Amino acid sequence: MLHERRRYVVLRWTLLLLGTVLFLLPFALLLRGAFSSEGDLTSGTWHWLPPTWEWGNLAAVLDNRTVPLGRALLNSTLIAVSQTVGVLVLSGMAGYGLARIPYRWSGVVFWLITVTLLIPAAVTFVPSFVLVSSLGWISTLRGLIVPGLFQALATFLFRQFFLSFPREIEEAAALDGLSWWGTFWRVVVPNSGGFAAAIGTITFIGSWNAFLWPLVIGRAPESWTVQVALSTYLTAQTSQVSLLFMAALVAILPLLLMFLLLQRWIVQGVERTGISE
Amino acid sequence: MLARLRGRHDVNLWFWVFVGPFFAGLVLFIYVPIGWSVYLSFFEAYNTVTPTEFVGLANYRDMLADPAFRDSLLTFVVFAAFIVPTTFALSLLTALLVARTRVMQAFFRSVFFLPVACSYVVAALIWKMSIFSGMRSGAANALLGLAGLDPIPWLSLTNPPWYWLVIVSARLWLQVGFYMILFLAALQRVPTNLYEAAAIDGAEGWQVFRHITWPQLLPASTAVLLLLLINAFQAFDEFYNILAGFGGYPPYARPPLVYLYYTALGSGQNFGDGSAGAVILTVLIAVVALAQTRLLRLGGRD
Repeated sequence: MLHERRRYVVLRWTLLLLGTVLFLLPFALLLRGAFSSEGDLTSGTWHWLPPTWEWGNLAAVLDNRTVPLGRALLNSTLIAVSQTVGVLVLSGMAGYGLARIPYRWSGVVFWLITVTLLIPAAVTFVPSFVLVSSLGWISTLRGLIVPGLFQALATFLFRQFFLSFPREIEEAAALDGLSWWGTFWRVVVPNSGGFAAAIGTITFIGSWNAFLWPLVIGRAPESWTVQVALSTYLTAQTSQVSLLFMAALVAILPLLLMFLLLQRWIVQGVERTGISE
Repeated sequence: MLARLRGRHDVNLWFWVFVGPFFAGLVLFIYVPIGWSVYLSFFEAYNTVTPTEFVGLANYRDMLADPAFRDSLLTFVVFAAFIVPTTFALSLLTALLVARTRVMQAFFRSVFFLPVACSYVVAALIWKMSIFSGMRSGAANALLGLAGLDPIPWLSLTNPPWYWLVIVSARLWLQVGFYMILFLAALQRVPTNLYEAAAIDGAEGWQVFRHITWPQLLPASTAVLLLLLINAFQAFDEFYNILAGFGGYPPYARPPLVYLYYTALGSGQNFGDGSAGAVILTVLIAVVALAQTRLLRLGGRD
């Protein structure tokens, strides 16, 4: 496109390669820790690569005794999947209703939804804890899942998306005698896959990596998520460090795989949720 | 036209079929807790979430008079002063670098974006146990050892406060990719004819950035800055996981949410004070968010 001077090209490539090394280094250190023996990790000398590769760490984590992770992985999966599906259904439907159904008080309802965007959920964790504990939902999957189902930002974004959906298609569906319900599920939803994938992947990542809410609600060990379990072992420093690294590697593998396979949708999700226009 | 085909009478019903489930949940899990907390903040509530004795504004006085609460706001200011400019500069730089390269562009974008997949807990583990371990076997101390320097206890030292380096670099690594994507999207919206015109005028390098790219990035930059500020205000995960240890959380470096966590859910279980603190923080953040929407609207107009 533009002519670039040689020194700019050299500078750009130097910075890109330096950045690549620095940004991949923590992942390399995670791998190194996960496959090191405990003795090599805590000995006084630094090794870039494990002097001996300790493949037994993987089996030690998966056998679920020293670092119990199985239940936490199951909890995290249940929470992330149900929150992703729940947010897509609830916010998708609400967004469609707000965009298309000419209800008289629609504007007021929309305002009441968007005004909550001014308050980030993390800041209100004490009020939410008070409510959830009086419902008797402490240390339950319900308490971990349900409060996260109502995402005003997702509803707002779905509404904007449906406003730009071609009306002609919906009008044709209405002429065919479909109700709002039929139009939404049979005509609109099948044509919104890309947008739903963008919102869905971002919701899944946020849910899998969530920490403060699961820490506050998941008090009993049976209700720990992967993040809370890792954090407990990390802050109590009771487990072997090498097994902790292996557990962390197991915990981020699902998301790393997702990033490699679905990056296109995740990027769109970030673009949509980052700056809402 | 759609409404006419279906008849007006069932519009109300259908609206609530679509919006009702979401709206009911929003009211129950956002409006009710906040309302309850405002109510609770005027009462004594130790170890219980039901109010016991009306105390008026005493909880608010407690919180505002508590040096630890004011310290937590100061900790936020220091944290924001470190993390906001560094993330802003680094994510803009990586976006410009990635946008300019045509060879392996997707690869470099993925490299900078990949840490977004990592949780704060896992990053805290790597930072605490591998990079900034206080022992000689930590990566940073091993590098210092090569230079003939003594190992530094990165997390337990308050003078100089090296823990800021640990906290800030961890969040930097985790979030730069996210904001880079926002800048990349904004860069793509810059009309190419502006660059062509600049090239005809003989502008290059820094001049092009200064006079063409930067003015076009201004709305996105404002949004990124305020997003960074709001996210810094909510910082909890990396502070808790990096600094809390066997002996509990150290008395220093407690941002607002960490402070609130130990007030409301620590040994005290003081929900009256905790609620008052949550209300104060909510008002503070809402003011910032309102300022954001105002600023953005102003930015959008010109």
